[in-house]
Amino acid sequence: MQQSSDPINQPISQAPEVNLNHLDQLWFQVAGTRCNLACDHCFISCHPKNFSFGFLSLQEIRKRLEESVALGVKEYYFTGGEPFLNPEMTEILLEALRYGPATVLTNGTVLKRQWLQRLQEAAETSIFSLEFRVSIDGFSAAQNDPIRGEGSFDRALKGVSDLVVFGFLPIITAVRTWNPADDTKVINGFKQVLSEVGYQRPRLKILPTLQIGAETKRTQGYTATERVTESMMSDYDASLLICNHSRIVSDRGVHVCPILIESPDALLSQTLADSQKPFALRHGACLTCYQYGAICSNSSGKTPERKLPVLPGKPALLDESNPSSA
Amino acid sequence: MTDLPEYQRIACLGGIYSNYLALQSALQDIERRQVDAIFCLGDLGAFGPYPDHVFPLIKEYQVQCLQGNYDDSIGNQLDDCQCGYTDARDNYFAQISYDYTLANTSKQNRELLKQFPPQVRLQLGDLRVLLCHGSPRKVNEFLWESTTSTHFLDSQCSQYQTDVIATTHTGIKWQRMLHPKKHFVNVGAIGRPENDGQTNVWYTIMENRQGQFQVEFIPVQYDYEKLAFEIRQEGLPDEFAEAVETGWWTTCLEILPAKERKAGTF
Repeated sequence: MQQSSDPINQPISQAPEVNLNHLDQLWFQVAGTRCNLACDHCFISCHPKNFSFGFLSLQEIRKRLEESVALGVKEYYFTGGEPFLNPEMTEILLEALRYGPATVLTNGTVLKRQWLQRLQEAAETSIFSLEFRVSIDGFSAAQNDPIRGEGSFDRALKGVSDLVVFGFLPIITAVRTWNPADDTKVINGFKQVLSEVGYQRPRLKILPTLQIGAETKRTQGYTATERVTESMMSDYDASLLICNHSRIVSDRGVHVCPILIESPDALLSQTLADSQKPFALRHGACLTCYQYGAICSNSSGKTPERKLPVLPGKPALLDESNPSSA
Repeated sequence: MTDLPEYQRIACLGGIYSNYLALQSALQDIERRQVDAIFCLGDLGAFGPYPDHVFPLIKEYQVQCLQGNYDDSIGNQLDDCQCGYTDARDNYFAQISYDYTLANTSKQNRELLKQFPPQVRLQLGDLRVLLCHGSPRKVNEFLWESTTSTHFLDSQCSQYQTDVIATTHTGIKWQRMLHPKKHFVNVGAIGRPENDGQTNVWYTIMENRQGQFQVEFIPVQYDYEKLAFEIRQEGLPDEFAEAVETGWWTTCLEILPAKERKAGTF
């Protein structure tokens, strides 16, 4: 079994191309690669001292929001790193809500009540939704903290509790680092613990691991054969792939998707208009996106899995039936 | 001016979901309000009992129907409703609803569903109107009020060369003026209340006389207790009956964005 040495995974040639159908979702790498946590499974290896991507300023965001109008962007997403390390994050979300619906992906550990107060007021007066997605990777400190860091579970839960107090219904996202057979137990565990902090009708989204970035050290990367092939694209609904309807802005330019920002071939252009070109699904992570579809969208629930054709490589890992892979 | 059928005042129904009782009340109400034509924007079947009961009413009142995702599925006897849910619980209940509806829709009515067009274009006064189920580009796209930017809708109007887009699919009515001469309307659903704690359902009248475009959302009261009784009598999930009795959605709600979800109780 050939293992990829490049943490981004080595691209292969002859990969199928996906066209941008319409720029529905515009993402912002708003905190660059800075995060107060250093999770073991982070697909872009964010941590407190990762400066490889910088913050986006309110001024830069304004320019991009304005640029997005002519392209008919439907909704806006903000990710990092930890977005709320960006000192302008509250203002950025307030500005985005003037243009359309906004979603922010946070670890929930640094939220301040004065920020939430302002965001609540804006969310209530806007016609658009302000969604919070909070990453928690287990329903207990024992399950979460080994991956996300000591004390992160309690702090994230406090963040969720504060969000609920301020009238938000956060989507809790958990990367499935447990045996899939335990899904029901984990989901029920989440419901119980969230209920105890005042979140009575939690929205949960279970995500697959992406075997790039830090995750390659925690488990393993994709093999060279774990790729989407031309034949796999026949009879496949390409709208399930984020590159079919999204782009992401970083301080370097416009990239194809939030997952591949560290990959040189994913940097498409400097303007949104020029980023509307096809992208070749060369990466191992493209296979996970293909398999699960819509992993970056807000729909809560357990992302349905698409069965893959039998491929050489790691069949046990592909169907996630091998708990030892986590 | 165009080859399109021309009207000044039309009634639009969406998402009947086998609720023939609400449909009957709505059609009687429409009859009193004098419209040029009646359109159904798709999804004749779903949560309710006796799906065949809808069809004689459609015929009697000459309702022009579009093909929603549900109609495509039932007509072509597909495996599921293609509603576009992503949550396991939502899909569980959707499948029960679908299996019942498929098993209880006659062959003759399945053939009718197959023949419905997915979209209809018409002229309403001086405005071009595109009627569709989910969105102009996708039959099962959810266009919620809180997750759809105005410039997105504007771009859809340009791309599909229309002044008004009217949809259903989400089951919750809303409208937005994009420009003085460009509009988006979700006509709501006749099949179940819109998650607001009220038992009534909604349909829509659109009118354009002397260049004045007007949208009126009309509440419809009907015998929801009878519907709930029949849902239970047919062995359908109690959750479906509860939704029509309380006005709160009990299933198929994980797809709701924050704002719309916050309006409900579950």
